[in-house]
Amino acid sequence: MLKKKDIIFENLYRKFSPYLSAAKERGDWKNTAKLIKQGSNKIVEIIKESGLRGRGGAGFSTGMKWSFMPKKKSREHYLVINADEGEPGTCKDRDIIRNEPHKLIEGCLLSGYAIQSNTCYIYIRGEFGEEIEILNKAIEEAYKHGLIGLNACGTGWRFDIHLHLGAGAYICGEETALIESIEGKKGQPRLKPPFPANVGLFGCPTTVNNVETIAVIPTILRRGASWFSSLGKPNNTGSKIFCISGHVNRPCNVEEELGVPLKTLIQKYAGDVIGGWDNLLAVIPGGSSVPLLPKEICESISMDFDSLKEAGSGLGTAGVIVMNKQTDIVSAIRRLSEFYKHESCGQCTPCREGTGWLMRMMKKIELGDFIPEDLEMLENVTKQIEGHTICALGDAAAWPIQGLLRHFKNEVLLRSKKHYVA
Amino acid sequence: MPKIEIDGKTIQVDSGINILQACELIGIEIPRFCYHEKLSIAGNCRMCLVEMEGSNKPVASCAMPVADGMKIKTKSEFVKKARNGVMEFLLINHPLDCPVCDQGGECDLQDQAMAYGNGISRYFEKKRAVKDKYIGPLIKTHMTRCIHCTRCVRFGEEIGGIEQLGATGRGEDTEITTFLEKSICSELSGNVIDLCPVGALTSKPYSYIARPWELKKIDSIDVMDAVGSNIRVDTKADKIMRILPRINESINEEWISDKTRFAYDGLSSQRIDKPFVKNNGRFNELSYSELFLILKEKFSNVKKSKFFALIGNTVDCETIFSFKHFLMKNGLYNFDCRQDNSFFIPKDRSSYVFNSTISGIDETDLCLLIGCDPKVEAPILNARIRKRFLNYESQYPVGKIGLTSKLNYESIQISNDSSGIEMLLSNEHKFSSYLRKAKKPIFIIGQGALCNKNAEKIFYKARELYDSLNIEENWNGFNILQTFSGRTGALDLEFYSNENVNKNTDFLENIYNGSINLLYLFAADEIDFSKVPSTTFVIYQGHHGDAGANRADLIIPTTCFTEKQGIYINVEGRPQISAQIKSPISNVMHSWDFFLELSKYIGSKLDYKNLSELRELMFSKYPVVKNINKIKKNKLQKTKFVRTFNANEILKSNISNFYMTDVVSKNSKTMAECSKMFLAKS
Repeated sequence: MLKKKDIIFENLYRKFSPYLSAAKERGDWKNTAKLIKQGSNKIVEIIKESGLRGRGGAGFSTGMKWSFMPKKKSREHYLVINADEGEPGTCKDRDIIRNEPHKLIEGCLLSGYAIQSNTCYIYIRGEFGEEIEILNKAIEEAYKHGLIGLNACGTGWRFDIHLHLGAGAYICGEETALIESIEGKKGQPRLKPPFPANVGLFGCPTTVNNVETIAVIPTILRRGASWFSSLGKPNNTGSKIFCISGHVNRPCNVEEELGVPLKTLIQKYAGDVIGGWDNLLAVIPGGSSVPLLPKEICESISMDFDSLKEAGSGLGTAGVIVMNKQTDIVSAIRRLSEFYKHESCGQCTPCREGTGWLMRMMKKIELGDFIPEDLEMLENVTKQIEGHTICALGDAAAWPIQGLLRHFKNEVLLRSKKHYVA
Repeated sequence: MPKIEIDGKTIQVDSGINILQACELIGIEIPRFCYHEKLSIAGNCRMCLVEMEGSNKPVASCAMPVADGMKIKTKSEFVKKARNGVMEFLLINHPLDCPVCDQGGECDLQDQAMAYGNGISRYFEKKRAVKDKYIGPLIKTHMTRCIHCTRCVRFGEEIGGIEQLGATGRGEDTEITTFLEKSICSELSGNVIDLCPVGALTSKPYSYIARPWELKKIDSIDVMDAVGSNIRVDTKADKIMRILPRINESINEEWISDKTRFAYDGLSSQRIDKPFVKNNGRFNELSYSELFLILKEKFSNVKKSKFFALIGNTVDCETIFSFKHFLMKNGLYNFDCRQDNSFFIPKDRSSYVFNSTISGIDETDLCLLIGCDPKVEAPILNARIRKRFLNYESQYPVGKIGLTSKLNYESIQISNDSSGIEMLLSNEHKFSSYLRKAKKPIFIIGQGALCNKNAEKIFYKARELYDSLNIEENWNGFNILQTFSGRTGALDLEFYSNENVNKNTDFLENIYNGSINLLYLFAADEIDFSKVPSTTFVIYQGHHGDAGANRADLIIPTTCFTEKQGIYINVEGRPQISAQIKSPISNVMHSWDFFLELSKYIGSKLDYKNLSELRELMFSKYPVVKNINKIKKNKLQKTKFVRTFNANEILKSNISNFYMTDVVSKNSKTMAECSKMFLAKS
């Protein structure tokens, strides 16, 4: 359990003002210059040591990612913050921007300095009207007080932050599609290699990080790598914001240590499943893109990258979607298929053609218009998409259906209204 | 050089290539749709997936650069399954209407479905249907067939400068379209038909008239402009069905212009198939013996100084030579090949060819256009300039003196008239600073600068500017852009009277003022016939009934370029042989045969008996024609100094309508439609 003194996002529930003076009282922007003066290598070293893994979904080591940037700066380096939060069931970045914008801005400065970048783009979801306003104001404050700008915090480091608004495409949350979008092009993922650390925004070395990842950087640097790594589990260190939604009595965002049992999350923070714990059917633990987990697994699973991976799912963005027994699970997954079909960028074949196929089959299955063999084919089609695409949207479209077929095949079969004649 | 292993075979390859190219090097075929050698890598069709050791996912071989120690498998079960899956996805929304699709038989999707796909479909849902787009009179669309490889879009961006094409929508609903559903306005648009791996973009004029396996394919040379693009002509039952490009890296790479591709329908309309004579304003048919009788009478009665012969713009070397030979044997020395009386220096090849060569453009660091509009005069050459512009490390400077159409790369307008040359010489224009830095510049002097009264001054002034630069040794970038396929050949074969050229006589004026009694036009249609006095007896020999034939008093038929073999010398001075595609219409005689027969009749004797003897004779007199497909590098000759320039000639290309430049394209319905469509707007 996360102790009160270890909480990073103290203002997650907006007890205080999000703006500078209140943020300073909470400890933001304290001794930032000193943190910078320890040198970029040292910062990267500390983050590596802390074991921080990216909070955007893939869970890649942040320190490692930073170390991929060229050591010698021959061109402009860019830091890009992914604030295009669109994963269904996830709303953590939104609350960070809304309530703790200065944590993010300070994080940008420190991370930017760590990767030797003078310029940072925050790519924010266009629908976040209030958040854009707040963030804009917070950035203005930071400029005004000399925290960022020509001489950020008096260190002599120039640091600019640009806010870039997305136009509502889910795929623009993929880092290379996001880069394309900032460049003014159609948001379609790029081929890798080259990776953004070599050829990124405007052809220059670029690091793309999630809002939450960047917002925890100042606290880690202040309190030390060992403090952060003492939280959570080995290889899954630190705390994280979990977003609990769906059939719970009190949907909420909550900061907890990685490795917290799912049952605790739901019962302690979200006021339990509607109809009681025994009324639980399944949980999607990491935003819509990961396979769901049935109740048996939910009993004991702990919420961290490795445990969930082992259980055949993933931590993703830690958007916990709870479904109780009144849920039509097929209909729910069908809805997700529809979402992925709608959000596929259409660039590469398996995803463009496959997501539509999956959606149509799911619609049929929802109506019971299928024979048992169709389920095998459905699974086969998901396998044909998975791993064959340019970006991970293909995988994301395949996994929910795979999860459904893995854990609820019998329930699905019962819906068949067609009688198979051998 | 990285060492990689492909299917158990270790090879050493150049770094920088991708796995797909490495596989091709050792003869392993990788299926692909979106990958194309000449275009950027999209990696979106996913058909070229291969297995790479150390990766649990299959990798797109077109997008993965080779690295030392890579182990690739292209034939494993894993790869087979991956390709099979992609193929299935490609086909679920494809209409499978091969029996009514023009691409059938030469369709990448069809071929690869046979090789890598399933026999049956598992897809029973509704298929996507997409509305067809109207994108002009040349390209037919069938967008339901589109597999979204984006080759056409990338061609537009990277080669053709076609900004209108793009993909709208996303996911399944992605559509390739011109953004405002307007037609594609480009001289190179037809190439997207070749690039399209399926039947989504097909040729409109070729629609539903032939199947690829019925076609006889003959390699030839294009004569619609002076570039000499290499083409393949497909015929069915002695009729030309379509024209496609052939790869020649030093000339047209893999592209041809729309005129080259689509003007062929002009070859079958308005043809002259019999001799005619004009009696009381009406043309009457003649037999050849009657024709020869008239010609004998005309030739024996004419005073040598009252005779003039003009040869057309798109005539092959054999015809030019045999005509000249025939005239000289009959003591007639009054002839020329320049209906526009353009400026050149006799016997100085560097004064009328594209000295840097077309592929030489790839090395240049600056381009100055003087009275030249490469986009309409030579679209293929323009594509090279554009390629250089896009690939150049920094900003590639392009300067323009004279008016042009809207070029598809950035350029600096120095002046509209020829005074710009002086401005550059005296460093009065900012472009001079680029010029002073240039090591391998090209100047392209268009016919627009050379067909006027000040042409000589402009030519030498431009030379003065060129010579004042700091140019690398052995680099000759002083180029003349010819616009007609027969012109370089005619100048090489010296089809002009030395006297006229030396004295700088305006022979056109002589024709117009009535000092010529007998005017012999060989396929020459470009002079102002309204000025030719009615007292002049005009003989017109040609293959199309156009302006020349309309004015003629005597019409003699001849074969057109697809009906004979002929040598054409392109803009660079490179001789190429075109092929005989079909037999001549109505058994019309070839020009050299005609002159042979005629000279027998009127009692003069020619020094050849057949085509091969004619060629021997031509090669011995003009060895430059002999080196087929080769280029002799030219050195610039001494220049004259122009003391007083003050030439303020507005420079404008000699071609106002790209789609109609010679009798063939003028008689083409497709080209007429294009002119109506594209020129009215601009």
